Amino acid sequence: MSHSDELIRLSAAELARRLGRGEVSSVEATQAHLDRIAAVDGAVHAFLHVNAEGALRAAAEVDRARAAGESLGELAGVPIAIKDVLVTEGMPSTSGSKILEGWIPPYDATPVRKVREAGLVPLGKTNMDEFAMGSSTEHSAYGPTHNPWDLDRIPGGSGGGSAASVAAFEAPLALGSDTGGSIRQPAHVTGTVGVKPTYGAVSRYGSIALASSLDQIGPVTRTVLDAALLQDVIAGHDPHDSTSIAEPWPSMAEAVRRADVQGLRIGVVKELDTDGFQAGVRQRFHESLELLERNGAEIVEVEAPNFEHAIAAYYLILPAEASSNLAKFDSVRFGLRVTPQGGGTVEQVMAASREAGFGPEVKRRIILGTYALSAGYYDAYYGSAQKVRTLVQRDFDQAFAKVDVLATPTAPTTAFKLGEKLDDPLAMYLNDIATIPANLAGVPGISLPAGLAPEDGLPVGIQFLAPARQDARLYNVGGALERLLEAEWGGPLIAKAPDLSTHELTATEEGAL
Amino acid sequence: MARVELMDYEQALELFEPVIGLEVHVELNTETKMFSPAPNPANEKYHGAAPNTLVSPVCLGLPGSLPVVNGEAVEKSISLGLALGCSIAESSRFARKNYFYPDLAKNYQISQYDEPIAFDGEVEVELADGRTFQVPIERAHMEEDAGKLTHVGGATGRIQGAEYSLVDYNRAGVPLVEIVTRPIFGAEGDAPELAKAYVSTIRDIAISLGISEARMERGNLRCDANVSLRPRGAEQLGTRTETKNVNSFRSIERAVRYEIQRQAAILAKGGAITQETRHWHEDTGTTSPGRPKSDADDYRYFPEPDLVPVVPSPERVAELRDALPEPPAARRRRLKAEWSFTDLEFQDVVNGGLLNEVAATVAAGASPAAARKWWTGELTRLANASETDAASLASPEHVAELAALVEAGTLTDRLARQVLEGVVAGEGSPQQIVDARGLAVVSDDGALIAAIDEALAAQPDVLAKIRDGKVQAAGAVIGAVMKAMQGKADAARVRELVLERAAAAE
Repeated sequence: MSHSDELIRLSAAELARRLGRGEVSSVEATQAHLDRIAAVDGAVHAFLHVNAEGALRAAAEVDRARAAGESLGELAGVPIAIKDVLVTEGMPSTSGSKILEGWIPPYDATPVRKVREAGLVPLGKTNMDEFAMGSSTEHSAYGPTHNPWDLDRIPGGSGGGSAASVAAFEAPLALGSDTGGSIRQPAHVTGTVGVKPTYGAVSRYGSIALASSLDQIGPVTRTVLDAALLQDVIAGHDPHDSTSIAEPWPSMAEAVRRADVQGLRIGVVKELDTDGFQAGVRQRFHESLELLERNGAEIVEVEAPNFEHAIAAYYLILPAEASSNLAKFDSVRFGLRVTPQGGGTVEQVMAASREAGFGPEVKRRIILGTYALSAGYYDAYYGSAQKVRTLVQRDFDQAFAKVDVLATPTAPTTAFKLGEKLDDPLAMYLNDIATIPANLAGVPGISLPAGLAPEDGLPVGIQFLAPARQDARLYNVGGALERLLEAEWGGPLIAKAPDLSTHELTATEEGAL
Repeated sequence: MARVELMDYEQALELFEPVIGLEVHVELNTETKMFSPAPNPANEKYHGAAPNTLVSPVCLGLPGSLPVVNGEAVEKSISLGLALGCSIAESSRFARKNYFYPDLAKNYQISQYDEPIAFDGEVEVELADGRTFQVPIERAHMEEDAGKLTHVGGATGRIQGAEYSLVDYNRAGVPLVEIVTRPIFGAEGDAPELAKAYVSTIRDIAISLGISEARMERGNLRCDANVSLRPRGAEQLGTRTETKNVNSFRSIERAVRYEIQRQAAILAKGGAITQETRHWHEDTGTTSPGRPKSDADDYRYFPEPDLVPVVPSPERVAELRDALPEPPAARRRRLKAEWSFTDLEFQDVVNGGLLNEVAATVAAGASPAAARKWWTGELTRLANASETDAASLASPEHVAELAALVEAGTLTDRLARQVLEGVVAGEGSPQQIVDARGLAVVSDDGALIAAIDEALAAQPDVLAKIRDGKVQAAGAVIGAVMKAMQGKADAARVRELVLERAAAAE
């Protein structure tokens, strides 16, 4: 294995340690990842934009600061990929949509500003379902991302690009956004780690809004410790986001380093442990729970009777908010402008631009949301959905009165084939059955690898959920389970992923950079 | 357009009872905007900035941007609510009002819908003859203003027929408080005057609280007037129209009166009133239909998920209540006493909407009598001539300066009127105009004596006549001197000098 190949396989924590000791420079580490992107991203298509020059410049600056003895953050010099939902000064930000093609924002999203200030090196922007609407990245206007475990399969969504970039060793860290599972479900199907923090833990300022009351920015990584280190960088109050939490946070990295499940009460949600989940997914889920039990955790079954209505409520609240959030894309101030033949009024230009700029899934949800908010239907749809939301929150409250954390499989199946569910929106929506309740209630969730499904050899994730503001509990149980599983496996699960660099890679048409 | 029929006003009132409702938008003069850190053009400091220079990602609705409530705007809204006699909500919420329009950056307006910050108030409004009305306030809520469109090309300056339109987002996000009255019954023929007096009272309150520049000509204060008629004896309210774009006190009165006459003519003929928005045209004194209101109004309101509820602490609300200035009616009673004006003199000031101007002019050093004289006299005359409000013509500081120049003898009344015309024309401060136009009274006796000698040379018999006791003969010389000095002489001083000459020649 070459030096460069070794660098890209290091965890962010280990890379940071070597950077700190001067064993490797940030420029070397950054160049290694850029080389990897050049080698494999034609096939994976995790990136929409690679900022090689800017990344090397930022890396050189960190190296200079380190050489000058300046005090640096723990992750300084480590490369990071950024989901295209976050606006970045100097880098295009499209949210996976044609309507924003070529738009370069004049400001940085707060999480982006924080990672820059901590000395992390942004490599570029990752692919996603258009405006984060989807579970497969197939709704990206720029073509799908491919799962590094099997290039014919989906990498999950909407943040398939971020998950695939870390799974394919194109980046050690990535930022994602999770509105109904867009961080956790891609982690599940790519054998990686994804965390949706408590709603309000990380600022949404600069995150191109899908559904404001559900969206949350979080870490996408290969290890639980890396996720914790990244959350420690991006979390915290932001005066630009009224919904961000004012209180300070304890260190998540500390929670991982001290991970111990002795006496931890883990609730298994009865309604999410059913035949509706693929056999291999359930099998790995229960094996993980048994492992935790053998190491001192207490496993309890809990009920969440209102979870079954969560998807229905979610698919009213999300489109309602999205229909309003996406109204600003009207071609007047930024983005695609289409003028009808022979000119037109401003209304006609707005309509033509939105017709040409939005993909079918976006239009579907705008129409749904507009309908749900309409006079005469509001109470029946949006109003009822908010009541269900309250009931889901109550289910969580009752469950957390009995247990410290909840456990579920992250998603019903392993990665499906590209194209398999594209024409069946309802089947696509069901991917998020286990992840959506956390968004409705604002509680944090983590997905980490639980093994490979015996029937198809594809990665399976396990999800833990904790009460709001108790993100540290997720890092505790996640860190502990990861250690126990890796001891059984003899190393991280991701090591079992096919070695893309040994494959004869051909750039697929939509995957070409 | 078909000719609009109007019914005689008195006849309209015999047949119908007018019911009015008023919506007043007050632009707050906060340092920054309602939801963004961009400077607020409704604050005097930033007024008149170049287009699209007072903007941030939030007011441009850039992707990813988020609103944050301006605490100063909330406090000023609470003060206004309290001054309107309203209850302040323990918790109030913002909502999104969704509609597409190019001056609305996000294509939704953040407003308050079902949970306004202030509700259930009452305001005492005084008419010209001193009678007072209690106007019931339904609510006062916070919202953001939209940007401003300028339609270029086409004849009307309106969007129809324009070649293109320009958008200025400086105003986008300016904090507004919208004050909504309940239907106002019982004003009868005084309804137009009550509407005007009500808006004037709101302006007085806003100024006394220091929460708004409150200048109608700048749009700091905007009024929409709802008018409906019901046949005498009927219980059910008639269909109302909402007249927008009424941007002066004078127009408010005229617009309400016009709508009463227009609606009466339609109803008397058995026609029906269309529920619609109508636009007021200052030039013709008429209203024309805008868009119909009934079906177009699905704004798909829902709670603004980017903001948390506004929950002011009871202690802070109590502090703001304690800090309220005296209500306008009480203030009027106090000022009338302080200034020693007669009833008639004081009504003159109040009816002219000039109370604040006179008070500010007195505060700037003028005597109450001089302040009253200039505002209700020359400035009102100039305002009537140009169909504007006197208050928009000159600043109280300039009027006080003018009064001081007269007081010091630098200007005669006649010269002062010329200087005032210069002030109104924007030529500068009175002193600057005096200097630039050379208008000061000639107080140099030498120059006056020279002119007197010249006049006496032309009328040699005058001195003899004066010596003979015919003092009025001096008038001819004084007139000649004033003419020679182009009016810039103090006539009394010239008279003294002429008499001295006569005595000396004896």
